[in-house]
Amino acid sequence: MTYKSQSVAKLYFIAAIALFAAQILFGLILGLQYVMGDFLFPHIPFNAARMVHTNALIVWLLMAFMGAAYYLVPEESETELFSPLLAILMFWIFLVAAGLTVAGYLLVPYSTLAELTGNDLLPTMGREFLEQPTITKLGIVVVALAFLFNIGMTILKGRKTVINLVLLLGLTGLAVFFLFAFYNPTNVVLDKYFWWWVVHLWVEGVWELILGSILAFVLIKVTGVDREVIEKWLYIIIAMTLITGIIGTGHHYFWIGTPEYWQWWGSIFSAMEPIPFFMMTVFAFNMVNKRRREHPNRAATLWALGTAVMAFLGAGVWGFLHTLSPVNYYTHGSQITAAHGHMAFYGAYVMINLTIISYAMPLLRGRNAANSNKSQIWEMWSFWLMTIAMVFITLFLTGAGILQVYLQRVAENPQPFMVVQDQIALFYWLREIAGLMFFGGLVVYIASFFVGQDEPEATVAQS
Amino acid sequence: MAQAFTKTMARNIFYGGTAFFFLLFLALTFDSMGQLPNRDNRAALEGEFGPKIAMGKILWEENDCIGCHTLLGEGAYFAPELGNVYTRFGNSTDAIKGFIQSRPADGIPGRRSMPQFNFSAEELDALAEFLKYVSEINTAGWPPNTQG
Repeated sequence: MTYKSQSVAKLYFIAAIALFAAQILFGLILGLQYVMGDFLFPHIPFNAARMVHTNALIVWLLMAFMGAAYYLVPEESETELFSPLLAILMFWIFLVAAGLTVAGYLLVPYSTLAELTGNDLLPTMGREFLEQPTITKLGIVVVALAFLFNIGMTILKGRKTVINLVLLLGLTGLAVFFLFAFYNPTNVVLDKYFWWWVVHLWVEGVWELILGSILAFVLIKVTGVDREVIEKWLYIIIAMTLITGIIGTGHHYFWIGTPEYWQWWGSIFSAMEPIPFFMMTVFAFNMVNKRRREHPNRAATLWALGTAVMAFLGAGVWGFLHTLSPVNYYTHGSQITAAHGHMAFYGAYVMINLTIISYAMPLLRGRNAANSNKSQIWEMWSFWLMTIAMVFITLFLTGAGILQVYLQRVAENPQPFMVVQDQIALFYWLREIAGLMFFGGLVVYIASFFVGQDEPEATVAQS
Repeated sequence: MAQAFTKTMARNIFYGGTAFFFLLFLALTFDSMGQLPNRDNRAALEGEFGPKIAMGKILWEENDCIGCHTLLGEGAYFAPELGNVYTRFGNSTDAIKGFIQSRPADGIPGRRSMPQFNFSAEELDALAEFLKYVSEINTAGWPPNTQG
């Protein structure tokens, strides 16, 4: 750690991991409710558990992005953070707001939460992923603006690198597109059209800039490859991301009442969306192969390579699987969508955050470069457990999805939704078992922060 | 040749490409907005049931229906698609209301069950009108059949 103010990142990373654990726990509850429909009913109905699962994910990813920015921006800018105090203050506001919101989801019926928070004054609740009470959304805007101000001022007074600028651009886009969460007309088509400006333009747009810049930062650190080379790759990857991804929004405009030409625009452009992910994989492996130093934090390198591969598989391959409109006509809103969602979020955004945490956390905790060998071995075990478990979750959901689509939408005598669900229960059981394996990996991951603390740092083998 | 491709060129492709395709996206959005009045069933919103539909949408949101169901294929995949439930239930708002009303408060042992929301008659009406309105949006022929 070069600058003292980088240490604020630690708070963000710890809270992120805690929320990650909550997310997985509720994922297991949801998985069980798929096969034991009355589990926890009516106390924690499926929709409440799902809100916790998805909202905890979103909040912990945002927390980890912020932690990543607070860690890497001072180092890239070669200056202390503009205001560490503001960063700490915003952390607590964000955490308390998130905690209260989750408590609201679990302790009172959702309609009561809507009433208590005055949703009727400015109705924004009850839309997928944007379920937070309006007051929480306003809190998110305040936190995001204060965060952007802090990061922006730091960059302004320090060195401007490509990584810094791309990160700032991504974070600004994140804040700007979130504002569409406040637009909620009665007209369902308009509502859905601009809802995607938050959801799609986040995860298939500006978040990828954040992902790219964090990956570039870690690769510079662990490989020692020349910054010029890495920055050129970064530009070209994010160029392809936005060139394909912006019009790629059209793959959500096939069946929601929008004009039919979107079937062409959406299919063609989103069919190209795997390209930047493939480039990212080539990039990461190239840089590691051309490394000019051996970094003792092998776990961080593993996470970085893992991100590149799994993002390509989850976002790229599984996205392409159902993005062409003639295919999507049958798969839209099925378990195929769920399969893609799980692996894409894990591969791209969970893993990039675990990459930067893996790289930065040892330094934030006073190590010179890396954790002990023992701790790294635990961490790498957790990498394989969670990653392989996610591959299986995705495969089982894909199996469920193929059957669901066939029985409900393709077969000669299409069967009702619930009749089909009963027939594919085996796949849901298998998915739940894979989910337990993921949870096991998460336990090992958290344990890796506590084992081997007394042992010396890992060093690079001298050959 | 590889050396001829510089970082400046990569940067220009990024800024130029992003600006161009974002403007194209805005243009397509502008055109879509012009076409929506013929597709999105806004006549229903402006008609006599308009206020009811608006109330139904608020109820739809304030009870987090999207947390289990899909609407035009978007939402959760735990419970049936509702964008076409009006047609699936034989073009009957009464059937929709009857179903919502008849959910047991304690669920069904071992099975998924929709919660009992204790809606008033007016609220049931509003929800049913909202679902009817959604079913009459032109969705380019989706879903493939009435099972959703």
